[in-house]
Amino acid sequence: MTLSSRSFLPALLLALAAPLTLSAQTLRVGLAEDPDVLDPSLARSFVGRVVFAGLCDKLFDIDEKLAIQPQLATAYEWSADSKALTLKLRPGVTFHDGEKFDAAAVKFNIERHKTLPGSNRRGELAPVTSVDVIDPGTVRLNLSAPFSPLLAQLADRAGMMVSPKAAQAEGDKFGAKPVCSGPFKFVERIAQDRIVLERFPAYWNKDAIHFDKIVYTPIPDATVRLANLKSGQLDFAERVASSDMAKIEADKKLKVSRITEIGYQGITINIGKSEQAKKNPLGRDARVREAFELSLDRQGLAQVVMDNEATIGNQWVSPRNAFYAKNVPVPKRDIARAKALLKEAGVPNPSFTLVTPTTSEAQRLALVVQAMSREAGFDVKIQAAEFATSLNMADKGDFEAYILAWSGRADPDGNLFSFHGCKQPLNYAGYCDPETDKLLSQSRELRDPAERKKVFEQITARVMKERPLIYLYHRNWLWAYNAKLGGVRNVPDGLLRVAGLKMAP
Amino acid sequence: MAAVLPSVVVTPLASEAGPWKRAWRRLKRRRGALIGLAVVLMFVALALFAPWFAPQDPIATSWGAIRKAPSVEHWFGTDEIGRDVFARVVWGTRASLLAGVVSVSISLLLGVPIGLAAGFLGGWVDSVISRVTDAFLACPFLILAIALAAFLGPSLTNAMIAIGVSATPIFVRLTRAQVLNIKVEDYIEAARAVGNPPWRIALRHVLPNVAAPLIVQATLAIAAAVIAEASLSFLGLGQQPPAPSWGSMLNTAKNFIDNAPWMAIWPGLAIFLLVLSFNLLGDGLRDALDPRQR
Amino acid sequence: MFEYLVKRIATLAPTLLLVSMLIFGLQQLLPGDPAKILAGEEQDPTVVAYLRTKLHLDEPLPLRYAYWAGGVLRGDFGESIRNQQPVLDLILQKLPVTLELALLAFAIALVIGIPAGIVSAIGRGSAWDYAANVFALWGLSTPNFWLGILMILLFSVQLGWLPASGYVSPFEDLRANLAAMIMPAFVLGNAIAAVLMRHTRSAMLQVLSSDYVRTARAKGLNERTVVLKHALRNALTPIITLGALELGTLLSGAVLTEQVFTIPGFGKLIVDAVFNRDYAVVQGVVLVTASAYMLLNLLADLAQFAVNPRLRR
Repeated sequence: MTLSSRSFLPALLLALAAPLTLSAQTLRVGLAEDPDVLDPSLARSFVGRVVFAGLCDKLFDIDEKLAIQPQLATAYEWSADSKALTLKLRPGVTFHDGEKFDAAAVKFNIERHKTLPGSNRRGELAPVTSVDVIDPGTVRLNLSAPFSPLLAQLADRAGMMVSPKAAQAEGDKFGAKPVCSGPFKFVERIAQDRIVLERFPAYWNKDAIHFDKIVYTPIPDATVRLANLKSGQLDFAERVASSDMAKIEADKKLKVSRITEIGYQGITINIGKSEQAKKNPLGRDARVREAFELSLDRQGLAQVVMDNEATIGNQWVSPRNAFYAKNVPVPKRDIARAKALLKEAGVPNPSFTLVTPTTSEAQRLALVVQAMSREAGFDVKIQAAEFATSLNMADKGDFEAYILAWSGRADPDGNLFSFHGCKQPLNYAGYCDPETDKLLSQSRELRDPAERKKVFEQITARVMKERPLIYLYHRNWLWAYNAKLGGVRNVPDGLLRVAGLKMAP
Repeated sequence: MAAVLPSVVVTPLASEAGPWKRAWRRLKRRRGALIGLAVVLMFVALALFAPWFAPQDPIATSWGAIRKAPSVEHWFGTDEIGRDVFARVVWGTRASLLAGVVSVSISLLLGVPIGLAAGFLGGWVDSVISRVTDAFLACPFLILAIALAAFLGPSLTNAMIAIGVSATPIFVRLTRAQVLNIKVEDYIEAARAVGNPPWRIALRHVLPNVAAPLIVQATLAIAAAVIAEASLSFLGLGQQPPAPSWGSMLNTAKNFIDNAPWMAIWPGLAIFLLVLSFNLLGDGLRDALDPRQR
Repeated sequence: MFEYLVKRIATLAPTLLLVSMLIFGLQQLLPGDPAKILAGEEQDPTVVAYLRTKLHLDEPLPLRYAYWAGGVLRGDFGESIRNQQPVLDLILQKLPVTLELALLAFAIALVIGIPAGIVSAIGRGSAWDYAANVFALWGLSTPNFWLGILMILLFSVQLGWLPASGYVSPFEDLRANLAAMIMPAFVLGNAIAAVLMRHTRSAMLQVLSSDYVRTARAKGLNERTVVLKHALRNALTPIITLGALELGTLLSGAVLTEQVFTIPGFGKLIVDAVFNRDYAVVQGVVLVTASAYMLLNLLADLAQFAVNPRLRR
């Protein structure tokens, strides 16, 4: 038994052996998956970000309205030509190992994100060419071209700062014992079992931290996760099933949060990724795709598949998002028009295969889509494929239609560029239009939100005409937690922020 | 003029029944086995005559009747997209029975000839086959099945192939052991002395005598295969929607166990009954066909 | 006997080799590029290319097998590509958990199976026989994941008696450990109970109708003595052998049981690894499992020799 587990023992005993006498000092969070490596440069999963929210502070954070808020950086200023971003850093911040957080540390981190082999942040920080240390409290990022999504990137993993000393010592093994500057520091991790963090006494915002420990437990089965919450073994469960919501709301001991996600659920159609696109009327003819979209009742989908825990939409951002293009509204179901379009296209009964992940939601969605489109004459065949296989198929263009969701990024560019830019890694549809590419680059270079919005409206009109992706709805993040837990902030990225959380006695 | 020998007519004594008849009589005496047999036959009837037992469409969705509790219209309730659970359980009998029978048939078709070859031919053939069989047996069965099913792709057919292939080593070993036991018997020696080729000896003399333990093992294996299909479906690798199968119904039902328990109870019960019956039948067959008992 | 031992050990190595090649080959056939799976949501092509090189994915199959085999001989089982932990560490962490689960399950199976077998053998043909049969068989007939979920609903959610999931090391807190393990052990042990019941029943039947028991009865010995002393001893002797043979069943069952109860053991490790195409983990786990299985079989056979001198020809 190591020293850390000895000190951890009392909290665990209290938490597990006597669920009725909850210690207000340990927060027990139930995760939907086991996170991957806890290194902000190498990390690649959504669920890892939940743990980072307690472990690693970022330069900026986003709030409930998706606005940029200061965290490790207190102020920012763009240069006149938008090719340099100057950041003012928070003074008096230290890393978990005692190292000072300063401009040199920021420089180290940005360079690490860009150069560490296998780093997943490289694309996010692509336009950043160099970092200048102006003084210990000021740093400047130089860009090759203006890049407005940069702030949103710095409010996510690309903006997470790790201790340079620890990173240099551990190299790419850093993820086994991460050292950051967040409110909690790393204690131990047992794969597929738990991740334990302990309060960092020198945290700059320590007054907002009311827990001594956080234990993240991955419990992949939603029913079991909820059962743990109900039986008192967890204080907080993320991603609860929509069908359980009614019962949870009726339970006085639990509270719920429902937050519209910044991602979406949709159907990607192969319109040019491979030769297969031409062989199928759906991939060949935009009218067939329009007919398909018109045969779907999005509200019905949200109701049956998600128990109405979703907001219907037809773009990569939800209709409530500031950047939603109002010139392309959500179409209503229109079977007559769908049939007319199919007749016009010369294929009254098109048939195609819909590749479906093996998640419960995706399978329900496929079945309902199959039934709904049948009324317009579509014959949809469902092919379930587990994740690894389906990724392979999508990459090779070996599919006709594919149900694929995206977890979303704070800046709409994160939902857009990689999907609709020519030959971009996530462009499984194979959509390629040089004019759209020009507009995409333009939207990245403009800084004024109103101007960006105008460009987005143009992009939306162009892309939606071709329908490489039929956006269906934006799901709600559904959280359930102990009613005594206060201070839960409903931020649309679906991550539990720990500052301000407090358990009432 | 050649002498014509009078033909000798032998009338079998009435009480001299064949070994199978005797086994059947023994089986009839074990109540458990008979009940098992009856239930199995009932399920077979359900599978064959599904449209008569459940005229409702098992894949007809109904938005208005989502997760409704059992009632007069829906005896077993409805599922997460409004389909009638009773109809799905009845129609799902086909998939589950198929999963059991086809998987085991594959195992028999592959395993018995290989086992015969190993036992009969001996020498290096036997060594190689035994080593490979041992290697297969050393891997946990379900892991092998999962890997195979993942490789082939999620579907009922592939699940059956995966289970069948994973269970083959058991039949190889069983057949081989039986052959080794029988090889030294006098009648085999006699058959060989007369000049019968090995394959004919294997088919006409060896096979009928190893049939008994194979039948027992096959029956028990069907039980295990039905559960294996349910397990693979639970992991998303078995029967795919919208076709009904008890295993995939359980896979979906687990998400709604709290607010629609009937979705899980009925298919689970069906699996339980079918597998239990096969197990009872298999146990009964083992007792009935055991040559050591009277 | 010594040369038997040597012969058996000599066949261990080639069989293990075959096992590792079998699983290695099978995994390579699985569609899906592990580099792409690891590359995360963003699918950055540079990252994918880097991972492909790191994992030797572009090199020919025999070479990749050689890399892995060479590492194993040096004691390096590779790394889990998902979170970079050394596979050997993962195995050493998870193996005790599943072992504990298997042992508890076996204990429960003994408690259910042996009495059921005794009752069935003694009351042969009667309602007791039938009832005991069904009692033991129901475990074999129920999908363990279904039973597991139902038990969680009842004992954790409705009654609150037992924790729904999670694992505590028995060295940290024995009570919490047992509380968390009792349901999964029961679910897992059910299936083995049937095997033990059948075995006990047939072994006892054999003995009960044998000559020396008839003699004992004729001598006027108490029926219970007859049963307990002679028949039971005969039945119990090969229990270890049975246990060894059932290890495979236990591990298969553990796979799903650990999923449902979220026990961080071997079974869960390997299922996740297959789905994540985490080759090194699957290889390592199967190798360890196969070795354990074969070793146990060997020990069981040796135990048989020790007990039954007639076999020591």
